[in-house]
Amino acid sequence: MADYRIAVMGDKDSVLGFKALGLDVFPVESLDEARHTLHRIAKEDYAVVYLTEQLAAQMEADVNRYKDALTPAVILIPGKEGSLGMGMANIKKAVERAVGADIL
Amino acid sequence: MAATVVNPTRMELTRLKGKLRTAQRGHKLLKDKRDELMKQFLDVVRELRTLRAQVEQELMKVHSSFTVASALMSGPAMEQALMYPKQSVELSMTFRNVMSVNVPEYHYKTRTDDAGDIFPYGFAATSGELDGAVAALGEVFQSMLKLAETEKAMQLMAEEIEKTRRRVNALEYVVIPDTEESIRYITMKLDENDRSTTTRLMKVKDMILKESLEEKRAATAKALEEFGG
Repeated sequence: MADYRIAVMGDKDSVLGFKALGLDVFPVESLDEARHTLHRIAKEDYAVVYLTEQLAAQMEADVNRYKDALTPAVILIPGKEGSLGMGMANIKKAVERAVGADIL
Repeated sequence: MAATVVNPTRMELTRLKGKLRTAQRGHKLLKDKRDELMKQFLDVVRELRTLRAQVEQELMKVHSSFTVASALMSGPAMEQALMYPKQSVELSMTFRNVMSVNVPEYHYKTRTDDAGDIFPYGFAATSGELDGAVAALGEVFQSMLKLAETEKAMQLMAEEIEKTRRRVNALEYVVIPDTEESIRYITMKLDENDRSTTTRLMKVKDMILKESLEEKRAATAKALEEFGG
């Protein structure tokens, strides 16, 4: 059983604290950098990538690409500016996809 | 409506009947699979919603305590404090099978067992707020891992349900009615052939009878003539 790692991506202030926990932190400045980083680490042995909603909002297509893949699990977390409600909206979207209607 | 032209033969009929039986059985099985997946999916979704709400709330708290800490310390000092982590996390992944969907389960282990080891700095040069923020983050992280596991499970199950639902619909509304239509067409065609064969035979029999009757009449007439003459 292979060992996997956990990545955290986002603006520097939001993700710095995760470094203390021993996670791999990728502070990114620009959107382009974020997209490249995401695709690069998706190819490596990262099982979970935590991504701030502020970034994810601008690169939805890139995030959706990993939705059906087993690894990595791209999980949205609120950045320090607060939650955009994207995480909840994604749950709703997945329910609509599976059921064909929003039933919750 | 039969989409394709079928040969109205008995062999084709047998083949189609077998196909229909398989399709119906597959349809029933897939429908059961879909229903069960849906049930489990909804459980996962409910769990995920509460978990996500909780994690987001806790993370916001952590962010705000980090903000306070960064207000009390200079940026470079804080960065320096967090720069070299003492702790590292290793994650192993196993799979759980939920209705033929492989769902990941994460097990993480830290390099050191001591919970206090998440502080990668000495306490002298940093503010107490940072300690609180890091400790709180360490706690949220447990829930975050559970969140990742649940959310991935939900995404994978959503995909599987969508696939299964399409298959069920394709069988129910396309394959099964088409096959039934073809079977009906062949049955009718074969019956029609049977009837036409019967009528043809009756007609032939009539003709043969008529012919032999006429022959007989002619023979009788001839015999009478000879006898009379």
